[in-house]
Formats: sequence, structure tokens, C-alpha cells
Amino acid sequence: MSKASPWVFLPLVAFVALAVLLASGLGRNPEELPSALAGKPVPEFSRPSLLNDRTLTEELLTGRWQLLNVWGTWCPTCYIEHPYLLELARAGIPIIGLDYKDEDAKARDYLAEYGNPFREVIVDADGQLGLDLGVYGAPETFLISPRGEIVLRHVGELNQRVWDEKFAPVLQQAGENPGVAP
Amino acid sequence: MKPDVMIRIALLSLALAAVPAGAAIDIYQFDSNAQQDRFHRLTEELRCPKCQNQSIADSDAEISQDMRERVARMIREGHSDEEIVGFFVARYGDFVSYRPPLNAKTAILWVGPLSLLLLGGVGIVLLVRRASREAEEDDQ
Amino acid sequence: MAAELGHLSLWVALAAALVLAIFPLIGVYRRVEPWQRYARPLAWLQWLALTVAMVCLGYSFYINDFSVTYVANHSNSNLPLGYRLSAIWGGHEGSLLLWGWMLGGWTALVGLFSRKVPLPMVVRVLSVMGMIAVGFLAFMLFTSNPFDRSLPWFPIDGADLNPLLQDPGLIIHPPMLYMGYVGFSVAFAFAVAGLLAGNLDPAWARWARPWTTVAWSFLTVGIALGSWWAYYELGWGGWWFWDPVENASLLPWLAGTALIHSLAVSEKRNLFRAWTVLLAIVTFSMSLLGTFLVRSGVLTSVHAFANDPSRGAFILGFLVVVAGGALTLFALRAGRLKGQGGFKPVSREAFLLGNNLMLLTATFAVLMGTLYPLLGEVLDVKVSIRADYFNGFFVPLTLVLMAILVPGMISNWKRQDGRPLLRRMLMLAPAALIAGFFGARLPGDTPWVGTLAIMLALFLVFAHLDDTVRRSLAYNRGFWSGLGKLGRGYYGMVLAHCGVAVLVAGVTVVSFHEVERDVRMAPGDVAEVGGYRFEFDTLSEYAGPNFDSRKGHFLVSRDGRPVTEMNPEKRTFRASGQVMTEAAIDPGLMRDLYVALGEPLDGNAWAVRIYHKPMIRWIWLGALIMALGGALALTDARYRKKLGRGKADADGEVVYE
Repeated sequence: MSKASPWVFLPLVAFVALAVLLASGLGRNPEELPSALAGKPVPEFSRPSLLNDRTLTEELLTGRWQLLNVWGTWCPTCYIEHPYLLELARAGIPIIGLDYKDEDAKARDYLAEYGNPFREVIVDADGQLGLDLGVYGAPETFLISPRGEIVLRHVGELNQRVWDEKFAPVLQQAGENPGVAP
Repeated sequence: MKPDVMIRIALLSLALAAVPAGAAIDIYQFDSNAQQDRFHRLTEELRCPKCQNQSIADSDAEISQDMRERVARMIREGHSDEEIVGFFVARYGDFVSYRPPLNAKTAILWVGPLSLLLLGGVGIVLLVRRASREAEEDDQ
Repeated sequence: MAAELGHLSLWVALAAALVLAIFPLIGVYRRVEPWQRYARPLAWLQWLALTVAMVCLGYSFYINDFSVTYVANHSNSNLPLGYRLSAIWGGHEGSLLLWGWMLGGWTALVGLFSRKVPLPMVVRVLSVMGMIAVGFLAFMLFTSNPFDRSLPWFPIDGADLNPLLQDPGLIIHPPMLYMGYVGFSVAFAFAVAGLLAGNLDPAWARWARPWTTVAWSFLTVGIALGSWWAYYELGWGGWWFWDPVENASLLPWLAGTALIHSLAVSEKRNLFRAWTVLLAIVTFSMSLLGTFLVRSGVLTSVHAFANDPSRGAFILGFLVVVAGGALTLFALRAGRLKGQGGFKPVSREAFLLGNNLMLLTATFAVLMGTLYPLLGEVLDVKVSIRADYFNGFFVPLTLVLMAILVPGMISNWKRQDGRPLLRRMLMLAPAALIAGFFGARLPGDTPWVGTLAIMLALFLVFAHLDDTVRRSLAYNRGFWSGLGKLGRGYYGMVLAHCGVAVLVAGVTVVSFHEVERDVRMAPGDVAEVGGYRFEFDTLSEYAGPNFDSRKGHFLVSRDGRPVTEMNPEKRTFRASGQVMTEAAIDPGLMRDLYVALGEPLDGNAWAVRIYHKPMIRWIWLGALIMALGGALALTDARYRKKLGRGKADADGEVVYE
């Protein structure tokens, strides 16, 4: 008997689907996790400021569009992105810093030497506020709306290209200052 | 090599186990052994967000350490397993739990193998029926 | 010089493989027998060239030739000789050479042991294996050459082998695994050869089966070794993590187990031939898929080789050609492979179909869980999958498999009377139920799943012992004489199945009854874990050859009687500053004790982790027994005597020349 049922083509079809799936996986970049908190308000917190005697709370992150930048003196990529943060600050973008798992004295020295782009800096020495924000490393930058909601998060170095691709469009839509011109 | 020497070498290589000191042992004070068991289980169920597919029990990245601390604290505070896992999932997404959620997009994980089981079962029944008829014909 | 010679040898091997893939095969189609006769010598030539290449690479390691990039990346002048040589397969390029060398070896052996198989068939098989070799050799020569030199500059000393790989496990685990992966190419080649021929000699299954069984046995050992190695080297007491790389080795194993059972049917009864051919293709495709997954960077795992998408693309292309080609051939030609013969719903054939269904569902679940992250990227979903998902399928499937194993083993071919079958099982059941109940309760409270697993394991063993006794008595020549007549094939099966029971028992007991405690201990403190008393006696220090060590001295006793002494260490390597934890393991058949030092705490206290792991060694012992069963089965007399052609009689049973 040389006539077979059409089922014999099933393995081939299944394999082709598999091969397509595998091919799609090639060359993908390591996963950047999107923020699970997108659309949710910034968590409550009460932390000292690095720059003065104030106690900072989540209220700090309301009232206007701002960036929350997670950094530390131990983080080499943060050092690389620092000049761009200064540019953004000069262009009028409010940036709040989150000094993550760091030492106060070192952080102050760092800002004194390399410039301070931050309007305020929240101290998170034990990283627990970072945990509440879903932070898993540095640098990370959150875009926060005037209502205190997290709109998006970028993991890794913040530079012109990332700004243009991710942040500027959102701000433009909101009718806000789109920051540094390309 | 003489057998007893080989045995001794084999046993010696079993006697010491090398582990990179990275994976540290944390000592958290728990009220009971049951709590410590929960800690071990939960830390194996939660994934380190930035490592190469490791649980926070196996990884010694800083974020893993922080997460372990928080798990320990939450256990002591009396939170349930669901609350603890839910805490991290709310902040890091489903990715951080090694138990995938069941929703429309993940359904295929279960539907796939179950369908195979079902279809295969049906296929076998049909096959066996035909083979059974053939066996009867052989006998005649 | 050696590297150049090795490189040249690879080209020679490629040439031989290319000719082997084409020339004798043309001889088959044109019916020119002298051309067909070239197949075997070409296979030997290929293997010889590959052996030269292996020796050259080994020699480069031996003389510390760091101008060879691969040697510089994986070795060091201080590396002990054993590891310097096994570093050959410590990285991507070299492990490919190992693959290729083994493939060449299997090809030559197939040529050697197939004297009675018709020559055109042998040629087809060897040609297909030659085609596969062409792929691997091309991959090596064009993208992953182990003999590349970094001249004119080269390092004074090598980067050293990853310390985690400087372990006896590295010496045997990959070779065993690869023997399995590569060995399945033989079944694949037989399958494709059959499709090419357009018909399958009824003896086809008997030709293919021993090769498949030995590959399966090696893979079993390889996986067990990997698990054991992870346990004492990496895993903090874990022995299986459902990590993508581990799953990559499990996929061909599961499919391969289905294959050897399907081959059993095809060997005896000329049935399921198209299905067996398909399984052979699938099993080897799983081997190739595993190779792809581990080297392409497509999945994240701590165990993966350094990833490189361009290499991944090559392997994927290779996989598409090999598997896609074979499956296309299958779709076109499968219709010609119809067997004949029937069987009743209660029969060994039917139960084996159930076996295949369980194993293939498990294969699919493991595949699904491993590859889902890729699918997730497409669906914009990020989830993580590990033990929870996999065990959710694996556990029930294994239990069902064990449950149908017994009636399947007892049943006759073609038809089995239901009543005697039921009677035999009911006779054995009470013993298993009672023994299982108490056995599961012995270590403590066991969830019902665990109790069920133990009962099934015991049921399995009792059923096989019972069967052996019955069969030997059936010869009516006395028990011992009857035993001698049962044949190695039978004993192999009994052994392998009992190995499954042992493995399941080990997994069940250790999963539900292991105890892990992290305690703060200072010298003088005592901890009670798993019924054992651990006393932290003293802490001493000593200087090793290239490290400084702080060694804890623990006295272990039970019920007041001393059991052993355990000495975990904390070693600081002077050159790198790296700190390694050397845990102390006290192995035993019924339990392992495991003590490791963590960080020093305040005062003179330390963080100490203590494990009590009951019956964990049964896991690897069970796997070993399974592999031995396979090895025994393939030395059965019938593979040595009747290996010529076959015929199927009216009933569908195969009669061998």
C-alpha cells in the first residue's frame, strides 16, 4: 500500500513552525524588563535627602513631569551617562536622583566633582526603596507624570538616542518640554 | 590502578564539594524550622531579575540579596506565600516568579501538551480498533 | 606544527565525509557495486583523520601552545595534566571536535558490525552519516576552528580553565553525553536509509536496535553524571534544575526511550515501522536541537556555552537541512512503509503505544517549557518557567507510565487474555500497597503523590521478579536451569525497568524528606538536623599550594554514637583573591550529609548550612542500573547470530535468516 494519510506531513509542518520560532530568537538582546509598575503610582516612602536635612516622601515626585534616575558611585555606566543628565538638567528637565546602595559621603563628593544634575537626591542605602520600585540594577531612569504615576522605565545608559526614542515622544504628547533637541 | 586505590580516590572526590563562594548562606533568624523551609522554598521560586536564569536562592547578585532579605522579613511579619510572591510580581512582573501565570497568552503551555495527550489518545484508540479488526481477519 | 596538522586533518576528514556522502551512494543508484565498496574504507579514513586532529589538539594542550587561541582560552601552564587534556572539550570549538570525532567513530563501527546487512543498505546508512559529518566539519572549519592561531601576538600564559570545570566531572560527563547524542545519529541514518530505499527490510529494526540501545545507555549515564556533578559542584544540594541546558539533554533521552520501545515492536512484529522511522528522525533532531540551544544564545542559562548568534544561525540552518530534509522524505515515502499484522486492544503492542504516548507528551511538555521564552518574545510576554511547570506534567506522566509498564511487560504480543493478566496484577498489588504504604511512611509524613510513587515502584519490582520466576519455571527444567535460558535481552529489560523503580524511589524520598538548615554556629555549638547531631568542634587554618584555607571540624553523631567527621573549608586563592567554598559531603546509600561554611559572622561564629538528604544516591544508582540494563540487552545472542535479512510471515511476525 503506497498511499499514506495526509498526517504524514504533520511532523514537517510542526518542524517548520519550530524552526521559525528558533530563528526569531537569534540575535535577540538580553532581556530588558519593562516596568511592572507602569501606570501605577510611585510607592510611598520616607527617606532622608542626600543634599540637605529634609525628609523626602513620594510627594516629591508629583506636580510636574520629572525623571527619577537610579545611580550610585559604584556604577561605571552611571558615570558614563552623567554628562547627559547634566545636559537634560540644563535644558530644564527636572531630575530627581535615587542614590542606590551607596555611601552618603562618597555620593556627595561625586556630585561635587562631576556636577549635580539633580534637584533632589533620595538616599536608599539598603536598596529597599529600589525593591519597591522594581529596580534591579543601575542606572535606571523612570519617567513620572505630574500625578506621581510611573509612565515608563529605561534600564541602562540614558543618552540622546534613548531619549529621542522613548522619553521625548511621551513628553511631546503631553505637550511638555521635550528636552534636549536632537 | 588497584581497585581499592580507585575507590579511595572516588570517595575522596565525593568528600569535598567545591562551590564558588559567591552563593552565600544567609542566616536569618526565624521562629521555627517551618519558617526556614518556607524561606528556602520561596527563594527557589523567585527569579533573580538580572541574572542568567537563576533563582534568588542560587544567585548572589546584590538584587538577589536584597530580595532574600525582604522575603525573610515578610515571612517574619507573617505574610503568606501568595502575598510574598505577589509583592515581587507587582514590582517586577510575572518574570520574577518561576510559576508562570495562567492567562490567554500562556495558556498554550498547558493546552499544548494536554492536546497532544488527548489527540494521541484518540489516535491510539482508532489505531487499536483497526489493528484489532486486522487481528481477527488474520485469525480467520 | 601540531595545530596546522590538526587543521589539515579536519580538511581531510571533510573531504572523506563528502566523498562518503556522495560516491558510494551513486554506486547504489547506478548499481555499481565496486563504488559501494568504498563506503567502509572512507568511513575509516574519516575517523582516522579526525583522530589525528584530536591528538593534535591534545598535544597543543600538552605542550602549552598558547599561540593556539582555543588553548589560550581554556588552559594554563599550572593546570594539572588531566585537566589540560580534558580541556579539549572544555569549550565550544573543542567540544565540536569531540562530537565530530565520535560521529566518525560510530560511522566506522557501523561499517564494521554490519557484515550481514545487504551492502546497499549499509552504503545508504554510512552515506547519511557522512552527510551529517559534512555539516559538523564545515561548521568547525568555517566558524569554529579549534586550531586558529592568534599570531603574531600570543599570551604568555593561558586564561585557565574555568575553575568550576576543573573537576573529574568534566572528564567524563561531556564524552558520555556526546556518545549518546551522536549515537542516535545511527538510528537516524537507518531510518533515512530505509526511506531512501523506499522499502524497509523487515529485519531493519533488528539492525538498528542495538545501536540505538547503546546510544541510549550512554546518554542515560551522561545525564546522570551531569546531575551528580551539579549536586556536588554547583547546586547547593540540588540535582536537577530544569535549566534549559539540562532540558536539552533530556529531550533526546525521552524521545530515545520511546524509540527503543517502538523498535521492540518493529523488531518482533513488523508493525509501527513508519512510526519508528519517524521517532528515529525526531530523536536525533532533538540531539541537534540541543546542540543549537546550548550554543546559540537563544536561551539564558548559566550552563550555556558562550553564545554567538552567527554560529547559532549555522546550526539552525544545519538542523533545518537535516531534520527538514528527513521529515520531507518521510512525508513522501512513509506510505510505502506500512507493516502488516494486527493486535488486540489488550496486548503488548497496545501498552507500548501507551508508553510512547506518555513519553512523547513529556517530551513535548519539556520542549514547550524550554522554548516558551522565545514564544513569549513574539507574544510580548515575559514569564519564567522552572520546576513548577515541568514537574506538573512530568510527575503524573511518569506515574501513569509506571502503571502501564507492568501490564505491558506481562502481556503477550498480539493478544493477551484479560483475565490472567488481571489476576497476576491483583496478586502482586497487595504486597506493593502494603510495603509501599509503610515504606513511604518510614521517613515521615509523605504526601499521597509520594506514597503512590513508592507503591508503583515496588509494584514494578515485584512484577518483574514474579515474571522472571514464572518464565524460568515455564521451561519445566527446574528453576536455575530455566533462569539460564531467559536470554540477556530479557534480563536487560528487567534490570532497566528496576532501575526506573530505584530512581523514582530516590527522587520521591529525597524530594519530600530532605532537610536543609542554615544555622549560626561557633566552635562548641551543636545543631540537630535529620536525626543527626552536628557539633562544631574547632576551626583550623592551613596553607595549601595556591590557596589559604580555613577548615571547620565537625563531629557528627547519631543516637550518641559517632558517625563521621566532616571538614568543610573556605579557600582563598592567593593569585586571584577568589574564595571557594569546599562543602563536606558524607555519602551513603541511604542518605547524604552535607555541611558547608558560609560567611564568618560576629565573634567567632560562622553561617553554616547543613543538609540531610535521604536516599539521594538512589537517583544516580537507578540511572546507572538502567544504563546497565541497556548494555546487557544489546549483548543478547540474537544480535550476534541472526543479523541477516528478514521476512514477515502471514501473522506479521518477523522471521530472521
